[in-house]
Amino acid sequence: MNGARHRQWGGGLAIYAFAYLAFLYIPVLLLPLFSFNDSLFIAFPLRGFTTKWYAAMAADTQMRAALWNTLKVGATASLVSTILGLLAAKALTQSAPLPSRGFVLGFANLSLFIPEIVIGIALLILMTSVGLPLSLTSVVIGHVLICLPFALLVLMSRLEGFDSSLEEASRDLGENAWMTFWRVTFPLVLPGIIASLLLTFIVSFDDFMLAFFLCGTDTTLPVYIFGELRFPYKLPNVLALGAAILIASAALIALAEWARRLGAEGAARDRVIGA
Amino acid sequence: MEGSDFIRIDKVTKQFGAATAVDGVSLHIAKGEFFSLLGPSGCGKTTLLRMIGGFAFPDEGRIVLDGADVTDLPPNRRPTNMVFQSYAIFPHLNVRDNIAYGLRVERMSAGERNARVDEALAMIRLSGYGERKAQQLSGGERQRVALARALVKRPKVLLLDEPLGALDKRLRETMQIELRQIQRDVGITFIFVTHDQEEALSMSDRVAVMEKGRVLQVADPKTLYERPVSRAVADFIGTMNFFEGRLVDLSNGKATVETAALGRVEASMPSGGTFAPGARVLIAIRPEKLVLSHEQPEAPFVPGKIVAASYLGDRSQIQVSISGADTPVAVVTQTSTAFRDGEFVYISWRSGGPLLIAE
Repeated sequence: MNGARHRQWGGGLAIYAFAYLAFLYIPVLLLPLFSFNDSLFIAFPLRGFTTKWYAAMAADTQMRAALWNTLKVGATASLVSTILGLLAAKALTQSAPLPSRGFVLGFANLSLFIPEIVIGIALLILMTSVGLPLSLTSVVIGHVLICLPFALLVLMSRLEGFDSSLEEASRDLGENAWMTFWRVTFPLVLPGIIASLLLTFIVSFDDFMLAFFLCGTDTTLPVYIFGELRFPYKLPNVLALGAAILIASAALIALAEWARRLGAEGAARDRVIGA
Repeated sequence: MEGSDFIRIDKVTKQFGAATAVDGVSLHIAKGEFFSLLGPSGCGKTTLLRMIGGFAFPDEGRIVLDGADVTDLPPNRRPTNMVFQSYAIFPHLNVRDNIAYGLRVERMSAGERNARVDEALAMIRLSGYGERKAQQLSGGERQRVALARALVKRPKVLLLDEPLGALDKRLRETMQIELRQIQRDVGITFIFVTHDQEEALSMSDRVAVMEKGRVLQVADPKTLYERPVSRAVADFIGTMNFFEGRLVDLSNGKATVETAALGRVEASMPSGGTFAPGARVLIAIRPEKLVLSHEQPEAPFVPGKIVAASYLGDRSQIQVSISGADTPVAVVTQTSTAFRDGEFVYISWRSGGPLLIAE
């Protein structure tokens, strides 16, 4: 009886789970679908297969400039936030905890919960009041701000449980703190660093709000796309672009997750054998 | 530097917040000595070792190694190397690179470095293991790699932080013998931290017994066992029976003590300490210094009743309740005579068995 009820509920659950996933992904999948549709209008029924929107997208020099800006901003912001995050994570996971650990950790991650529009306005006011011209540099500053909590969380999970006696052993064997970092800490934390770089890159790449406020005349890709939406004849190009970004993002996230798991397995194995 | 001044630890104190981990410890350790710091967990022995290695710095006092004050030097600038409790084998390097790690810091040709690593691998009998990763090693093998990695630096002092604690009993006993053998061969001063009194006694030239951040006694294992200076030391090392009493006479290095449980007892004096007749003192007797018999022996003796008898193969451990003592007296006998629960017996003691200890 118990089993029968279980099966009955199981069927209901399967339908619910399917609806749940459909809700999440069907809208997103419409993007690549219409990007191959041979019509200026985004509506069913589909008119036929074409790749001309992709060709148009590739030929768009303004779009290519915006993409290049986004890549530059993403690379810089992810590198800076990962370095800063690594330093903070190292300090916060020391075996002798800092007295201010809880305080620092709380505030370091609190910015995750500040609406980006608030951060955007605040940074805009700050930049103009200190006289910093709006440019890709100001976008990078804003992106480092929103990327830091992500970098910190990823790197802390890697450094948590890091056996500090490994670093002590290196010091004991004659290395100074700097070489100890490069010979012991860095190789062991590398999977976390890669995961952090990829994740923060995506955060920066995706960001519209801060870039919209801070980019001035140097548009990034999301800002450019937003501008293009005003022209109906350019909509299919944007769909093609969106589909391309979707695939690239998915690939990057898969890569980041793979790197993180690789690291987590390694760390877990070390702990088990060490015990 | 000669004599027992090779390592001089001078009134070293270390506090963590309000807690005093090491409290005014002074020790002198000789060159080539196998010296153990023995005590229960939290007694400050590991903190003291870490201060010698440069992983913690004293609040007060000095540490002098071979004539040089190293108190404030970082670990990489001290002539010491450490075998960590967790072994701290670098998981991203193989055995050979682990052992060569510290040699790469020194200016040395690749040929010489390889020769030194090969020599170290041979010493720990892991010659074929150079290419293995840390994950592929057993606990005992990791322990030996940690030892080789430290010794290959040819330190003046090797520090060992409970290196056998993670091993099972049989392997631990093998490693005790091996470690002692290696120490004799290389002639390097070893400072060994352990909470295992048998381990400390079996391996060390001298042992410092620590409790609550202080050193209670420093002595060779035999003196420590046979002439403990305090109840705490006697309690920590082996089993000891204590009897309260009053000192009635002192003469020729012998003390006469009046006890409730054993009557009048003649006891050996400890090397240190001053006693005045009339003082309240303790008589301490090891279980193997007591003799049990069914027949009444020559005086002095006391009658008692066996409350527990455990057969341990080569010997028996017997608990005897006697009047005037709160807890049963522990006696160790050879197994040639059988003693059973509930039997009435006589306890006598070998001369030299009873020790005088301040209360």
